[in-house]
Amino acid sequence: MSSLSPDVAANLINAAYLLVAFLFIFGLKRMSAPSTARGGILWAGVGMLIATAVTFLAPSDHSLASSTLSTNMVLVILAIAIGGAAAWYSGRKVAMTDMPQMIALYNGMGGGAAAAIAAVELYSGHNTSLVAGTLAVLGGLIGAVSFSGSGIAFGKLQGLIRKSFRFSGQQIINLAIVTSAIILGGLIATGAHSEPMIVTLFFLSALVLGITMTLPIGGADMPVVISLYNALTGLAVAFEGFVLNNAAMIIAGTVVGSAGTLLTQLMAKAMNRSLANVLFAGFGESSVAVAGTTTGSQKPIEASDAGVMMAFAQKVIVVPGYGLAVAQAQHKVWELAQLLSDHGVIVKFAIHPVAGRMPGHMNVLLAEAGVPYDLISDLEEINAEFETCDVALIIGANDVVNPVARTDKSSPIYGMPILNADKSKNVIVIKRGQGQGFSGIENALFYLDNTRMLYGDAQAAVNQLILSVKSVG
Amino acid sequence: MIDGFLALYIFMLAAFTGYEVISRVPVILHTPLMSGSNFVHGIVLVGAMVALFHAQTTLERAIGFVGVILAAGNAVGGYVVTERMLEMFKASGRKKS
Repeated sequence: MSSLSPDVAANLINAAYLLVAFLFIFGLKRMSAPSTARGGILWAGVGMLIATAVTFLAPSDHSLASSTLSTNMVLVILAIAIGGAAAWYSGRKVAMTDMPQMIALYNGMGGGAAAAIAAVELYSGHNTSLVAGTLAVLGGLIGAVSFSGSGIAFGKLQGLIRKSFRFSGQQIINLAIVTSAIILGGLIATGAHSEPMIVTLFFLSALVLGITMTLPIGGADMPVVISLYNALTGLAVAFEGFVLNNAAMIIAGTVVGSAGTLLTQLMAKAMNRSLANVLFAGFGESSVAVAGTTTGSQKPIEASDAGVMMAFAQKVIVVPGYGLAVAQAQHKVWELAQLLSDHGVIVKFAIHPVAGRMPGHMNVLLAEAGVPYDLISDLEEINAEFETCDVALIIGANDVVNPVARTDKSSPIYGMPILNADKSKNVIVIKRGQGQGFSGIENALFYLDNTRMLYGDAQAAVNQLILSVKSVG
Repeated sequence: MIDGFLALYIFMLAAFTGYEVISRVPVILHTPLMSGSNFVHGIVLVGAMVALFHAQTTLERAIGFVGVILAAGNAVGGYVVTERMLEMFKASGRKKS
């Protein structure tokens, strides 16, 4: 492999990286429409294969002892085999409901890899310029924070870490850790102190920072955090790309950095949270004590009546929430929807941007059940249609259909865009019991005159609805 | 090959590219897209490989080795889950056949 002359190898690598950068951007572009999305990831995958293959030529443009080089070559292949096989296996096995934490995990690995590159550079002590040193330090800091932070995010979503650790003075401690990491990084980057001890302390403080930053954040805000760490990892990769003079890493990392930042903003906006709010204040625990100012009572309905009501409706809009996925009722809901369309009912699915555990997660879960994506509408598309809809069927969703977000200024969810299910002629809510939602906020929708509650497990309730619609004939 | 202002130009143009490419993505694709962009920064693999190729001390080798494992996990895992999700997105034209 190293028999090529260094010049030829270098040109070949650069040409290949140019193609790779194109394939990544082209792939991401194709991923922006449902019909071409599948092809998009394939193109990007081809790019990754080319990049990996051509990088095996890289050693030829450096002078290393051949024994060292062949050992390293073996280590590279071994490491790719280990990491690749483990990720392939876990990626194949993971359930669609657990997708968010898996993305967090893989993302954290990328951040860790960027930090490792920085660590190799900094421990070796042959960073020559201030610019290269600074970028290596920055990439290392961001990568390490993303690594440990994503690990915590994974633990929280997987249910391994249940508590939100929060205590007074936490911000001050975080600030102290940030400051020490920056001072240590500054010492290393300027070359004033690049002893291994200082480098170790620097990386340790960055890892601790990722942990202490992420621990206080509640589970509901995790999607925003994962998205943020995704963008940060991209940035770290780009910085290390500058250090290694690698155009493919600079371009791919920067593209992900900016795309991820936009995605993070979109998610925070959909959840009615500012990014600063997510990072520096808690949600859930801090807002539990909201008085239920709702009046009236929740009116129950039998599944048989609800089924008849829907069978004779002209238009039904299904609003699925995470409770649907927890009950694994997606397939049943799709069966119900098909049954209703056989009766001449127009059935649509309305998805709130934060339904599921992250934006778009519910779409994935419905797609898994076989629901075609053109029957699924997002908030802006569907909100005007609720007024002409006979039945809105709410399954396992709560805060995203709570009208107090429009009306009650004292509510913590005030201003959050919601699905206007309350405007439809009838509302049927499938719900486990009379309790409150994830955020602990009383839902005014459940007390409206046109709302009927169908209590029970989502899967069982939908099953009963199917039987009821079938009995209509 | 790339240094100084040229690097900054690349950085700036790539940043705009990322922003523009993503800004037209419908909400229904946000999760696969986050996963897809997660896969794209798996390109860190090539950097980790280069770092391990050039490792000289045992410490550098150990860190580089872990780095390549992590990077390969990022790239492969990101690809597998993204592909699995996107595979399921179908239009209603040819349902249930």
